[in-house]
Amino acid sequence: MTETTPPADMADRIGRILAGHEATEGACLLVLQAIQREFGYVPAQALEPVAKALNLSHADVYGVLTFYHDLRWSPAGRHIVRVCQGEACQAMGARGLTEQLARRLDVGLDETTRDGAVTLESIYCLGNCALAPAVTVDGALYGRATEFLVLERLGTVR
Amino acid sequence: MKSATFFVSGDSASVSVGADDLVRAITAEAARRGIEARIVRTGSRGLYFLEPMFEVDTEEGRLGFRPSGTMAECVAEMFDSDISPKARTCLGLMDDLPWLRRQERLTFERCGIVDPGSVGDYRYHGGFSGLERALGMEPRAIVTAITDSGLRGRGGAGFPAGVKWNTVLGAPGEVKYVCCNADEGDSGTFADRMLMEGDPFLLIEGMTIAALAVGAARGFLYIRSEYPAAIAMMRRAIDAARAGGWLGGDIRGSGSAFDIELREGAGAYICGEETAMLESLEGKRGMVRAKPPLPALEGLFGKPTLVNNVLTLAAVPLIIARGAAYYRDFGMGRSRGTQPFQLAGCVRNGGLVEKAFGITLRALVEDFGGGTATGRPFKALQAGGPLGGYIPEHLLDLPADYEALAEAGFMLGHGGLVVFDDRVDMLAQARFAMEFCARESCGKCTPCRIGAVRGVEVLDRIAAGVEPQKNLALLEDLCTLMTDGSLCAMGGLTPMPVRTALRHFPDDFRRSAAAAE
Ligand SMILES: Cc1cc2nc3c(=O)[nH]c(=O)nc-3n(C[C@H](O)[C@H](O)[C@H](O)COP(=O)(O)O)c2cc1C
Ligand code: SF4
Ligand code: FES
Repeated sequence: MTETTPPADMADRIGRILAGHEATEGACLLVLQAIQREFGYVPAQALEPVAKALNLSHADVYGVLTFYHDLRWSPAGRHIVRVCQGEACQAMGARGLTEQLARRLDVGLDETTRDGAVTLESIYCLGNCALAPAVTVDGALYGRATEFLVLERLGTVR
Repeated sequence: MKSATFFVSGDSASVSVGADDLVRAITAEAARRGIEARIVRTGSRGLYFLEPMFEVDTEEGRLGFRPSGTMAECVAEMFDSDISPKARTCLGLMDDLPWLRRQERLTFERCGIVDPGSVGDYRYHGGFSGLERALGMEPRAIVTAITDSGLRGRGGAGFPAGVKWNTVLGAPGEVKYVCCNADEGDSGTFADRMLMEGDPFLLIEGMTIAALAVGAARGFLYIRSEYPAAIAMMRRAIDAARAGGWLGGDIRGSGSAFDIELREGAGAYICGEETAMLESLEGKRGMVRAKPPLPALEGLFGKPTLVNNVLTLAAVPLIIARGAAYYRDFGMGRSRGTQPFQLAGCVRNGGLVEKAFGITLRALVEDFGGGTATGRPFKALQAGGPLGGYIPEHLLDLPADYEALAEAGFMLGHGGLVVFDDRVDMLAQARFAMEFCARESCGKCTPCRIGAVRGVEVLDRIAAGVEPQKNLALLEDLCTLMTDGSLCAMGGLTPMPVRTALRHFPDDFRRSAAAAE
């Protein structure tokens, strides 16, 4: 997924987000998070208006965008599976679970399937360490996760 | 039976294994029988190994039930037994469960019992009595109480809370901030999350008392984005507290003002480090700041700022309400009060155990934890998150106490305890520590930014059996360099899991080399 056409009304929607943060101190991260909520990622075309509105340099905004693991500069797949790679989940077989899912979905970790259906992502602790291994499927948290559970969830939501 | 009141945890971990399905099963079966079911979504009791489970109000107290077959069968059988311990799936009275009764729940006394969305329920269970007292106290008297209680920071470093509060109180300046660190990035920890989802007003009360003590009118709560349920619950609670006059321009008619703004993290472990958190709160990259200046003097937006962990602030209301001595009487040595321990990983009974400091790790892992989840032999316990050491079986009799663990080369950190059975390869764990550091380093200093990458390479060579002696010596040098030369504990403590793995599990480092030959 290299080329992405931004939505036509993008400038307006970004303008509205910026207007909503006019009075906020240190708003850059908040604005980028809001843009990602709006579009599912932060389009490159957003950097210029954000920098301008917040009186920052393009590099400042780019720096924030690239620092945080949450922020994406290209869209994810239609579904996002996150598999916890933290130690508590490792102790309960998270490495094996990740490999199984990667094989089944035919996708690498932190990549999106060729058909754009699923993004498989690593995450480091979901706070569900007593019910490891933990995963999320489209934001919903699951404990004692198995390959079957994840595929079933994807099947129902796909 | 005409009606019954059920308590089902709405905590995200409980929901992750089916608590919502349980609610549907209860509602459906009650409707079928014409019984009016009132369902309260509480937080979690921390009995995660028993989830999904539910409780029912009876004259004797709350009875617990835990499905063994289907949820519908369990619920039907529970009604058939007239909601009594005769039901096969009944756990008995919750208050009698040894796992809970043997704990000393101070911070978590209400969690799993109250309705976390209700100010009224919080008050009914003694909430806000600490704040009511604090409103009538001089700031200095509040700080003195915190100092006398012996409370230390629960975020990892164990810094005396009273000393920090005193610095912020004494710092010159009109504008000051209280920032609550709810980044809880350490793997194997979930106590902050559980508290925010299960007893959110306690954190609001603790932050407000802290603000009164140091003279702050604004607070920030920084919650990691991985915790959407905690974020939603805290937003709701902040709104409810404001509506009830517990936050805002004139707290309960006292003339004191304090309000809380919630900000969400964006998936960066380093933003749990307090100065990186402040940068992130300012909307910037989470780059660690050099100290001095201390955040207590020049913190958020350059103003004096009190930064404390969720559990540190959540211990405050009880200390003010019941007195410093009450809290101080729990614990050992210089570790006073209680610690919410989090049993995680390959452990049979995973969950939250709040106990006074001084309990042995063995008691936590074996008596509470019930050993490994798989029944296989225990191999290692990682205490204190990804920067914490790996503890072998023969050292489990160490007491959970900041000083005792530090002396043995380990740390308690935020109280996360991750159990591993004998399938774990400690070389792989050492490699993971370096890999995690490389991934999460803020990049400000070289020993951490470059050292961690080199560390992964060196460990890969050791695993491949390439000049093991030479590479082990290189690893040792690298660890020394990272420990001594890193600006913060990210790079400074990554050697702890590496070195403890090497020291206590040398076979795993030799076996890999031998296998390669
Ligand atoms: C890499 C790193 C990560 C940290 N993560 C957290 C965290 O997630 N939560 C936290 O409260 N403290 C964390 N800390 C500790 C904070 O820097 C700081 O000591 C703490 O928030 C102070 O509060 P306390 O005194 O109440 O513990 C971290 C420290 C480091 C070096
Ligand atoms: S030790 Fe690592 S995380 Fe800490 S300041 Fe240096 S580069 Fe940043
Ligand atoms: S380590 Fe996986 S949920 Fe915490």
